[in-house]
Amino acid sequence: MAIIEVNGLRKAYGGRPAVDGVSFAVEEGEIFGILGPNGAGKTTTVECVEGLRVPDSGTVTVAGLHPVSDHAQLTRILGAQLQESDLQAKLTVREALELYSAFYPKPADWGSLAERLGLTDRLTARFGKLSGGQKQRLFIALALIGNPRIVVLDELTTGLDPRARRDTWKLIEDVRASGVTVLLVTHFMEEAQHLCDRVAVINAGRVAALDTPAGLISRTASSTVIAFTPSRPLDDADLAALPAATSVELKDDRVVVNGTDATVNAVIALLARRQITAERLRVTDATLDDAFLDLTTDNGATPSEPVAHRAADLTEQEA
Amino acid sequence: MSASTAVLKSEARLFSREPGSLFWIIAFPSVLLAILGLIPTFRTADPSLDGLRVIDLYVPIVVLLAIVMAGVQAMPPVLTGYRELGILRRMSTTPVRPVSLLTAQIVLHGAAAVCSAVIAMAVGRLVYGVTLPGQLFGYALALVLAALAALAAGATIAALSRTTKISTAIGSAVLFPSMFTLGVWLPVQAMPDALQRVVLLTPFGAASQALNEAAAGDWPSWSHLGVTALWIVVLVGAAARWFRWE
Repeated sequence: MAIIEVNGLRKAYGGRPAVDGVSFAVEEGEIFGILGPNGAGKTTTVECVEGLRVPDSGTVTVAGLHPVSDHAQLTRILGAQLQESDLQAKLTVREALELYSAFYPKPADWGSLAERLGLTDRLTARFGKLSGGQKQRLFIALALIGNPRIVVLDELTTGLDPRARRDTWKLIEDVRASGVTVLLVTHFMEEAQHLCDRVAVINAGRVAALDTPAGLISRTASSTVIAFTPSRPLDDADLAALPAATSVELKDDRVVVNGTDATVNAVIALLARRQITAERLRVTDATLDDAFLDLTTDNGATPSEPVAHRAADLTEQEA
Repeated sequence: MSASTAVLKSEARLFSREPGSLFWIIAFPSVLLAILGLIPTFRTADPSLDGLRVIDLYVPIVVLLAIVMAGVQAMPPVLTGYRELGILRRMSTTPVRPVSLLTAQIVLHGAAAVCSAVIAMAVGRLVYGVTLPGQLFGYALALVLAALAALAAGATIAALSRTTKISTAIGSAVLFPSMFTLGVWLPVQAMPDALQRVVLLTPFGAASQALNEAAAGDWPSWSHLGVTALWIVVLVGAAARWFRWE
């Protein structure tokens, strides 16, 4: 059963639509990612889920609650980590954790939370003296401190170094393993690929695609890249005849083919047939990065137009 | 411990970490009184002041000064900052309403102002032998009304200011006329008639006069208390009308 349902969500600021008909459903216990370029409407979308903004139209339901009119109940089951939200500069880490614990009927043990987030040796430090990464970790702790059923994390690992990022991912996986649903806003592909069960790509206020990370990647025009240096030049005709190849490029003496698994097999067969050896052969899967760029980059001179059309098509298909 | 108590306790701890606010609200008014009392002529009875000494007039003035410092100068940047930094926003994702944070700050600034008033009266009494107010209950009433007016003015400044810088600037701009009307430079009783009539229509000018009457042992006139009360209503309305949570 879906624990978060968003249907036809629209929200405009001063006449400019920030979110323009977003729909998705998050299943209980999954890590659901919202991915998109800056200004795509990701934060506005989750703010409507958190009940911090009132949608212009469309409906949002979280565990059967209406985020705005049932806000008091919602806050007991939903923890949120916000973008651009500080604490009092002279509040210490320990005081912040103790204070926010006091807000909830059954809070998590803040001591172990602080330990998991590597804040134990900073408990007496004032918020204003923390580094960006330490602040971020404190915000994550505060989002989890009420033992929420759902946690919304906006730009989870922004400002964290690679080690802290990995640790945080592990923490989020553990949180999910305990049955908590995670809604994750990110523009960091590796994070989405690593953590998310499903991802909604939002572009220009609409859902451009909604799938598993693997599904999104396979959906890209070129899910596999084959690169090699042939021992002698290949026939253009042979290259053009490769199945499922979306592009063939020649850079100096190096051939780069974008295609699918079928293309890989065909390239190998072709090389064997012509008795050509391939030096420095590399076959790489496209990453979520490629999928993301495919879904959110505009081709052609008119910006936004083609994307908007494609997004509209996709939303229709999904509906 | 209830959540609101936890907020109040936490904010009180933070308040105690603001030496600037503590100095201007709690120490400055009494220090000013002590310094003024060092001037010998301020300690001699003046027939033109109904036989009172200048220092007698200045006790209610520094009491009001403490109140204005707390409400108009110290509080608005705190409230605006809580909004500007997203602290209110974060709190609105928890079961505690962000209004509890604002309430805690208003209560603390009010309490600090009242403490400062009591200290100033004690300094006046113990150091310069200023008699305690003859009409204590009327004095307390005028004091509470003045404090509410100052806090309401501070809340209005916070409501109208988008950033902490703006609210500090507006606070200072409001502070100086307030100090004038409550009589820091020239006690209200000593003002020329025309000026006094205007000053008595301001919240702190009226409160100052009410305190003087109560200090002299009379019940403060309802017109002065009424002026201050009316300002409270107007300012609370303005703050509620214009305050934005983000």
